[in-house]
Amino acid sequence: MFDKQVLDELALSEPEYGMIVDRLGREPNHLELGLFGSLWSEHCGYKHSKPLLKMFTSDSPRLLVNPGDENAGVVDIGEGLAIVFKVESHNHPSAIEPYEGAATGVGGIVRDIFAMGARPIALLNSLRFGSVNKPHNRYLFDGVVSGISGYGNCIGVPNVGGEIVFAESYSGNPLVNAMCIGILRQEDMTRATTGGEGNLLVLVGSGTGRDGIHGASGLASRTFDDDRELRPTVQVGNPFLEKVLIEACLEAASSGKLVGLQDLGAAGLTSAAVECAANGNAGIQLYIDKVPRRDAGMEPYEVMLSETQERMLLTVTPENLDFISGIFDKWDVACNVIGRTTNTLRTEIFEEGILKGDLPVDVLTDPPLYEIDGIRPGYMDELHSFDWDSIDIPAEGPSETLLKILASPNISSKHPVFRQYDHQVQTNTVISPGNDASLIRIKGTTKGLAASTDGNGRLCYLNPYVGGIIAVAEACRNVSCTGADPIALTNCLNFGNPEKPEIYYQLQNCVQGMAHASEVFGSPVISGNVSLYNETRDQAIYPTPVIGAVGLTENVDKNCDIAFKNEGDVVFLLGADSFQEPISSLSGSEYLEVIHGKVAGNPSIDLELELKVQKSCRSLIGAGLLSSAHDCSDGGLVVALAESCISGGLGFMGSLPNIERWDVALFGERQSRIVLSLNPENLEEFNLICSVNEVPSIQIGTVHAGSFKIEGLVDINMRKISDTWKNALEPSTV
Amino acid sequence: MKFGVVVFPGTWSDKDCFYVIDQVLHQPVEYIWHKDTNLTGFDCIILPGGFSYGDYLRCGAIAKFSPVMKSVEAFANAGGLVYGICNGFQILCESGLLPGVLIRNDHLQFRCEWTNLRIENSDSPFTSKAETGQVISVPISHGEGNYFADGATLDEIEKNDQVIFRYSSPEGCIDMDNNPNGSLNNIAGITNREGNVLGMMPHPERCCDPLLGSTDGEVIFRSISDTLSMRSS
Repeated sequence: MFDKQVLDELALSEPEYGMIVDRLGREPNHLELGLFGSLWSEHCGYKHSKPLLKMFTSDSPRLLVNPGDENAGVVDIGEGLAIVFKVESHNHPSAIEPYEGAATGVGGIVRDIFAMGARPIALLNSLRFGSVNKPHNRYLFDGVVSGISGYGNCIGVPNVGGEIVFAESYSGNPLVNAMCIGILRQEDMTRATTGGEGNLLVLVGSGTGRDGIHGASGLASRTFDDDRELRPTVQVGNPFLEKVLIEACLEAASSGKLVGLQDLGAAGLTSAAVECAANGNAGIQLYIDKVPRRDAGMEPYEVMLSETQERMLLTVTPENLDFISGIFDKWDVACNVIGRTTNTLRTEIFEEGILKGDLPVDVLTDPPLYEIDGIRPGYMDELHSFDWDSIDIPAEGPSETLLKILASPNISSKHPVFRQYDHQVQTNTVISPGNDASLIRIKGTTKGLAASTDGNGRLCYLNPYVGGIIAVAEACRNVSCTGADPIALTNCLNFGNPEKPEIYYQLQNCVQGMAHASEVFGSPVISGNVSLYNETRDQAIYPTPVIGAVGLTENVDKNCDIAFKNEGDVVFLLGADSFQEPISSLSGSEYLEVIHGKVAGNPSIDLELELKVQKSCRSLIGAGLLSSAHDCSDGGLVVALAESCISGGLGFMGSLPNIERWDVALFGERQSRIVLSLNPENLEEFNLICSVNEVPSIQIGTVHAGSFKIEGLVDINMRKISDTWKNALEPSTV
Repeated sequence: MKFGVVVFPGTWSDKDCFYVIDQVLHQPVEYIWHKDTNLTGFDCIILPGGFSYGDYLRCGAIAKFSPVMKSVEAFANAGGLVYGICNGFQILCESGLLPGVLIRNDHLQFRCEWTNLRIENSDSPFTSKAETGQVISVPISHGEGNYFADGATLDEIEKNDQVIFRYSSPEGCIDMDNNPNGSLNNIAGITNREGNVLGMMPHPERCCDPLLGSTDGEVIFRSISDTLSMRSS
């Protein structure tokens, strides 16, 4: 029996240890226990989340491979092409060592994508930090951005978008979710399998070191208070090797001579080899002394659990070994046979001919699953019955209020970040970061792919179910604003400790909301990742599901960004027939928090209206009628208008008649609204499309040069608006 | 005429350059692996952008030892056109084919953004179809593009009209407000004394398509193909 300290280190409970002994019929040795610790961790085994993830439906005629069968679902986009994409967290490593944590987060998600034979064509990042005014949060923010920049720029994959949100709940527990999209010819797809008996297991890439041991079980699967002691468990990235691995692995994949290809991510060789064996319904023998090391004297335990980056596991038949090694030799990448497949259905680990560990594959890959009875958190009722009369209309007036909100870190320009990312390499980027969604063309076709990430933790905190729906709706709306049809989703579930019933409730309800919305939009969730235990000193983060939506357009020339283009264009609000909104539309709004210091209310969404609004927007763009389209979300209508002005270098003049409270009209955040601009000559067709789709719309004003005016409310010159918005997030010291 | 695009381990603009020559210029083009040494049949060699060998020691410092570089040097000495973009410019400086060096951006950050370039000398094989004083909009994408040379070298390249591009305002004004990385004299691109080797930090291959926002980069590629056509006729 191992003592509790050893079990704690592996994040295994005593009952789980008992289960292992029962199923093996004996006590495991230290090496074997390490394998269980990793594969039965939340990060690899999804102990608390698997039952919930079953709620995601995945029936879409576009799916070539179902998400359950591989690392990610594969989506048909026509002409023999397919895409895969996934978002993954690197929250805990980034909290401890922001540069390397974020850098290796990018490296990890990119390997997930090319492991399927797909060329990585775009990266996005969804980031959350505590208040940027606190020095430690600023340090994490700057470090994470530098890490993404340092790694992503080196590998030649454009970083086309994402979002950055600041809220105190993320203080000390930042969220770093990286998303990658890959494209492949359907016949080049590779699978994470060993195939049957008699194949060779080939390890390529970096020499294995002591970095990252217990990453999966230690960092990603429990909460921690003092992070300094955990610093050695963060891996260090080598983006150059990653770039070379991308090229060599894709060359190998397109040769058709690979049986399987898998990346070494969380739990390193253990997870890669055992999962491939499970998928291939095979057994494996690993010859641990054949694994090239960069540290002397490593124990088998360390080799099996190391999370050294930039390594891939290939399965090849013996006759193809020379051909495949030839490719890696050409790229000067180490390539070594480290094992073979058997028919025993066991994982056997040898060191210099001596058997060091011997476990059944099916026991290793079958962790216990926990369903907890969630309890609705007490704070919800209190915040839902919030007394709206307590919110006074700001005495400083609408113009000053707008400037304050434009300067808030959540609303202000993220250009100081995006300009550190190469968003143009591969020469496909049609719509750049800083818009609702980014758009990339697919060379050799007329197609384009739009991508956006979204997830409003504040709204999910107030109402996890509705927040989950809104996360999906907004990500899809962003994609629709470029003209693309959202065809599939990925997600990363960032939550606190699921063993607490209130946290489990948040998790369960968010997933339910997301699953419902995904079904309504006909956009399947093709992949995902779970990051639980996001707590520091018992304080959980906002429940933050991050949705990545990818849209397809058949005609990339017909696209739209958020910028106003021409003086004299008319500006419309799609999805509304009046400017009067209920005061509850301030629920969870930026205005309520920035101006009144409150996070309260109960968010809502009308999914039927949402669908119609998005469909009309895509039709309008497809018909070439619009000059711009901008999702109306954080900050409300007036912020959306200001952003369209700033992006286009133009001004606006309009009015909001028949309103009761200007703060609600300007800053309310009711969903399902899009700010559009168009040439007045297109008005007739515009009205026709809106009425066919039964979608309300209302004219707000016209595009002008010079200033930003809303009759009787706002009058600010554009220079002032633009400077306020652009300069808020500039680094204090460079 | 035939273009060659050199691929070092870590290069990532190879496909972007290839695409422009193939799909925009419609000229023959082949990749050249960095271990190849035979450049027979090529008329212009492009050293594209990226992070060759990770740029771990100094940008371009390891790439200059790749076998292909000896051949590139001989090719340049024989008057062939050699064109380094971004990492290619850094490699040409490290190899001694161009004067000066590229050091860390003065603000210490990577920058990917649009810049304006004033064309300083259209009497070059790389700018023959442009006008001197013309301003083109071309993106940069680098962390180490801050051009530096000692005073004597700088005087010489200025005196010999080797400066081909300077960062400027859209109107062509040269000042520090329009200098994205701290380069001396706002230098964005230079040639060797003979004029047949060009290095520049900005990426013209990223702006040869209206869908990507600009076609300003085309003038450079068209100048090269024009020069090569005249040479062969």
